[in-house]
Amino acid sequence: MKTLFKPDLTTADKPSRTRLRGLGQYGLLIAFIVVCVVLSLITPRFLTVSNLMIIVTQVSINALLAFGVTFVIITGGIDLSIGSTVAVTGVVAAMFAHPDTYPVIVPVLVGLAAGLLLGAFNGLVITKSKVPPFIVTLGTMTIGRGLALILSKGRPVSNLSDSFNFIGGGQVLGIPTPIIILIVFFIICSVLLRKTVLGRYMYAVGGNEQAAKASGIQLNKVKMVVYTLCGGLAALAGILLTSRITTGQPNAGVGFELDAIAAAIIGGTSTSGGTGTMTGTLIGALLIGVISNGLDLMNVTSYYQQVVMGIIIIGAVVLDSLNQHKNG
Amino acid sequence: MHQDSILTVRGLTKTFSGVKALDGVQLDLRKGEVHALMGENGAGKSTFMKILVGLHQPDAGEIFFEGQALKSQAVSEVLKKGISMIHQELLVVPELTVAQNIFLGRESRGGLFGWIDEKKLNQEAGALLTQMGVTISPTTKMKYLSVAEMQMVEIAKAISNNAKVIIMDEPTSALSDREVATLFGIIRDLKTKGVAIVYISHKMDEIFTISDTITVLRDGKYIATQPASELDNTALIRMMVGRELDSLFPESVAQKGAEILSVRNLRRNGNFADINFEVHAGEVLGLAGLMGAGRTEIARAIFGLDPLDEGEIYLKGQPVRIKSPQDAIQHGIGYVSEDRKGLGFIPGMSVKHNITLGSLSNHARGPFIQDQSEAATAARMITDLRIKTAGPDQKVQFLSGGNQQKVVIGKVLLSSPELVILDEPTRGIDIGAKSEIYKLIKQLVADGIAVIMISSELPEILGLSDRILVLSQGRQTALLSKEEATQETIMHYAVHH
Repeated sequence: MKTLFKPDLTTADKPSRTRLRGLGQYGLLIAFIVVCVVLSLITPRFLTVSNLMIIVTQVSINALLAFGVTFVIITGGIDLSIGSTVAVTGVVAAMFAHPDTYPVIVPVLVGLAAGLLLGAFNGLVITKSKVPPFIVTLGTMTIGRGLALILSKGRPVSNLSDSFNFIGGGQVLGIPTPIIILIVFFIICSVLLRKTVLGRYMYAVGGNEQAAKASGIQLNKVKMVVYTLCGGLAALAGILLTSRITTGQPNAGVGFELDAIAAAIIGGTSTSGGTGTMTGTLIGALLIGVISNGLDLMNVTSYYQQVVMGIIIIGAVVLDSLNQHKNG
Repeated sequence: MHQDSILTVRGLTKTFSGVKALDGVQLDLRKGEVHALMGENGAGKSTFMKILVGLHQPDAGEIFFEGQALKSQAVSEVLKKGISMIHQELLVVPELTVAQNIFLGRESRGGLFGWIDEKKLNQEAGALLTQMGVTISPTTKMKYLSVAEMQMVEIAKAISNNAKVIIMDEPTSALSDREVATLFGIIRDLKTKGVAIVYISHKMDEIFTISDTITVLRDGKYIATQPASELDNTALIRMMVGRELDSLFPESVAQKGAEILSVRNLRRNGNFADINFEVHAGEVLGLAGLMGAGRTEIARAIFGLDPLDEGEIYLKGQPVRIKSPQDAIQHGIGYVSEDRKGLGFIPGMSVKHNITLGSLSNHARGPFIQDQSEAATAARMITDLRIKTAGPDQKVQFLSGGNQQKVVIGKVLLSSPELVILDEPTRGIDIGAKSEIYKLIKQLVADGIAVIMISSELPEILGLSDRILVLSQGRQTALLSKEEATQETIMHYAVHH
């Protein structure tokens, strides 16, 4: 584990201030490559095209959730409800995805709408009530889980059309569809964050909410958009998961929000808001995926895997706070 | 070493990432003296003081306290020895009471289980505050106190710590003149008890009123130590900046133009009432008054940060409703807050992004930011306002106070305001940057912008304003012309009830 974050430590030791975030991300990338090299030396099965495809496919759901939660965390908020949103949207989409009922676009749109609604609900309560996002989304997490169980009557919704199952299980030109979806939404989210006025406002709101307000930024609007967006991306993850396992599972997605938050944090998004990048989050998600895949290949039981993952998360946050301390 | 010496520093050196923040600094502090530490922002005063209280460790140099060498000490050790610091941004626990704050970490315990003896705590705190001549109840929660009162509590804390050296960093930056007088009374009292005070301030008149000795630092180097009585304003400024400054307040060349803002019967319950004034293009309207007179509250209400309970606002004769800062900005009002850190800038964002934050739509095509247009505008502002930064991508949190203020002003100017409200624009800013901000204000009015300037520094109000509105306890008590206004008349109306 020690080698994992070494590059990051060196950047923390030298506060060459303006370029620090760039170097931090560079460090993360090096850590990622080091882990990959080590794993491919230990288990020859790691560095095969098919295994790498499996990793990215598995990572895609967590990454989509992590993109959404990165937006939220950058504005200084948090969203704990996305795991439940995965279940609700998966169940809802599955209900409209039985063979010979609706064209495949219908379950996708209905699922997306459900996710956007749950996200908008979060945004509305957070902006109108001033209740902390942690508590609001904790409530929505429970509500969402309940809704998924009500809608599905507690049973998995199966018998889905082949065209729906293609979304998460198909291939285009030999590339699994989840990978394509991941790349497309990575680009969209990156551009949104880095190149648009809205993205800039997200950083401003998370960096200093009151100063953002005094600069004429409509806080509520930014927050509404961010939580709605997060819900939408969670819906996408829900649809993808349902399609891949060919069942709408009301119990799916339990704890997914924590993996997504972990990916964002490992990727350098500060939980105090105002910093973070999509590239960092993507690498964070890939790192989690690669490590758990590697541990699988080495036949490490899932019990130990959880311990390892926890250490990585804490390590990343400790490094983040050391970094902030050095510069603050 | 003088026999009265309590603290002696020799050859203190500290380097941060290759930059020498302190380079062979010395200090000789004697019992019962007020020793002013002067220098522009970035001269190394803060680093010096942080080393004294153990927040930083020096690279080289010696510190002797009561003849004993102080070696790298933890903050708590330094406190126990008797060196206390009152930070510019007060470090208080708002939810705890005055007494609990004073004795934080040193609570007297009693009873079977070692529970905190609140009664004793309150008695001791009450006695301490009475002795200082301030009327603050020890059982009040800290959050209900004014900044001045919190400062008194911090001083009480230092005294209760048996402090032999108290470092005060900009203690008056948030105090009214009357509160400053109380503070000075307490300082003089401490002196007679043999306590040595290291006093850091940018306010010249205060330095000459209160200090016995002045030590000047410049660019991390020790320049000189002299008795205050042997120095005057000009000599001190020359030592600090290494050159003579032109007259601090530039001549006005602006022509008074059409009315920009007019307010009628503004009222916000608990803050102010019956406020009527207008500001014209090319004019500086000064808002003078003591702390709590309602000046900042009026500015916040006009800018849409707080709602009004009554009153009308007219812009160029048209009635307007301003419900948010966004409304105000769209109507051409810009606000530079007194609370620079809280409302002014995003610390973790770059200079460039902070400057364009309020006018980003001017640099966007649809939802997308046009990088080149944004960078060009930011670069122009950095040059125009002479913002000292390593580059446009430098984070604002690493700039000095004066340059942070320029970034905020730059941001406000880019939203093309017709009226700019400057609230304590030079608070905590060194003299060189102050003079530049004064020039900038004059430039704004020369360009036909209307300026409302709130300031607690009377020389600043007198030196820059064309007219002065004096407020007292939420009411306007006088509207003085430049000719009528003197320090005495303003103070007369500021304490008027």
